[in-house]
Amino acid sequence: MSATPATAPGRGALSAETGAARAWRWLREHAVNIVAVLVVIYLLVPIVVIFVFSFNNPAGRYNFTWVGFTLTHWAHPFSDSELAKAMLTSIKLALLATVVSTVIGTMMAIALVRHRFVGRRIANFLIVIPMATPEVVMGASLLSFFLILGSPALGFTTLLIAHVMFCISFVVVVVRSRLIGFDRSLEEAAKDLGATPFETFRLITLPLIMPGIFGGAMLAFALSIDDFVISNFNAGTTVTFPLYIFGAAQRGIPVEVYVVAMILFFFTVAAMGLVTWQQRRAERMTAIRPEQEESDIALPGIA
Amino acid sequence: MAAALRRRSLAYFLLAPGTLWLVVFFVIPLYFMAKLSLDTEIPGTLHYRFVWEWSNYKEALELYDTQFVRSFIYAGIATLLCLLIAYPLAYVIAFKAGRWRNLMLFAVVAPFFTTYLVRTLAWETILSDESPVTEFLHAIGLAPGGHILATGFAVIAGITYNFLPFMVLPLYASLERIDVRVLEASKDLYASAASTFWKVTLPLSLPGVVAGTLLTFIPAVGDYVNAQFLGGVNNRMIGNVIQSLYLTQSDYPAAAALSFVLMAVIMIVVFVYIRFAGSEALMGQEAA
Repeated sequence: MSATPATAPGRGALSAETGAARAWRWLREHAVNIVAVLVVIYLLVPIVVIFVFSFNNPAGRYNFTWVGFTLTHWAHPFSDSELAKAMLTSIKLALLATVVSTVIGTMMAIALVRHRFVGRRIANFLIVIPMATPEVVMGASLLSFFLILGSPALGFTTLLIAHVMFCISFVVVVVRSRLIGFDRSLEEAAKDLGATPFETFRLITLPLIMPGIFGGAMLAFALSIDDFVISNFNAGTTVTFPLYIFGAAQRGIPVEVYVVAMILFFFTVAAMGLVTWQQRRAERMTAIRPEQEESDIALPGIA
Repeated sequence: MAAALRRRSLAYFLLAPGTLWLVVFFVIPLYFMAKLSLDTEIPGTLHYRFVWEWSNYKEALELYDTQFVRSFIYAGIATLLCLLIAYPLAYVIAFKAGRWRNLMLFAVVAPFFTTYLVRTLAWETILSDESPVTEFLHAIGLAPGGHILATGFAVIAGITYNFLPFMVLPLYASLERIDVRVLEASKDLYASAASTFWKVTLPLSLPGVVAGTLLTFIPAVGDYVNAQFLGGVNNRMIGNVIQSLYLTQSDYPAAAALSFVLMAVIMIVVFVYIRFAGSEALMGQEAA
């Protein structure tokens, strides 16, 4: 539309009028976007609070109000030896639980997707039900079990047993979703070219489902290192990072906890970046097939 | 024949370790807890004996019925809030985010990367009496007395935040699966944006709504971290009771009985909910 000088004043008034109307329409059209952005901010606010308060220099024992900026706690995140010990226990526990549950869970996922057998429905049910049980009930029942058996003293072993137990289902779900969206013609091609079943598995199947296994392992690690409820029931006198925080909450949380939480956060973000990168690579590997649409990069752990 | 047999035994071999682990450390413990819930204390000792003591259930429920009901109310409100907050976000990520999609998905899972307890502590800071949030809510009359901490509101707020990603992710997954052409067809047939949403988008996303509400509600009912950190004495939930009966008072039969009732009620709620919502979710899938 070209404006002519004759209509200019009228147009000015009109555009002022439609300006308000347009702003209103823009707001209405973008209302859902605005809400979504607000929700994203809401999701990130506590993380920002943790980050900011990891630089706090509180006067007393409580790190709830802002006093002043300091780098001391970032310079010495493990000055509290109990915190250091708890973190080490947590990492050791999470690594072990991840390895065990990933191996067991991947085996289960392969059996469930690739094989037809009696009891398949029961096996599927067995995997779903722990995910639908509140953690309190799982923790309490496992404690009942250990109490009645009286056998292993509560501690690292019972924690490991519990963590593997609640991680298995999640690993199975993640690996299974990868196996279901799997192009089997590549395996057939390998067989046609004379590969033994084991070679086919090692050279074709395993690399292709690797992103799933990696994602499952990462989820298991995240669940284990963050678990409080089930650990609280079965730890005995062993202290993990979340248990340390819970214990410290009564007497005031040291700022170092916020620092360690942020270190964990950055570490996980980096690990997730790695998984996404690996997934992209695996997708490029299968992308030789022209008819295959480029699928979205799924975030690990989301099934 | 031999190959089939070998194949089948391979399946059982792959399945065995996981199944065994889950049976021994999940199913059997439930049985042990059931047994424990019917034990009675041998007088004067701290030992228990199995005698089909059904009164454990009656006593525990009479003592802790408020916490029990409260847990379901808090979890119910939090789940509803999660749904209302999560839906617009999931909708935007699925249909409108474009190149921002992965970044927004990252924001959804980012809270998971900070420790659960530290996240809840951050809310203790945000909702403390000195915080601007509390002052603002007080100014507009939503925080009587200038306190939010140690109220039910704080506990519900904490639960809503902590379990929100469990709602967003399944919603996003089901919205993303919707064929955009169906929505375009609705517009071509002169449906308004609102009626397209209510008659096409929402019904098609029902499986996600069902999955999300379950994934949020189940852990929320049993949660006791939020009530512990953000609530006061009057906001204790059933998880707090079970935890303290097990770990500090060593009243195992009562704690086991409560755990069982909690699990049973959740299962009934879930079952009824799936019967009620599941059929519609199924029809939504059929329409797709």
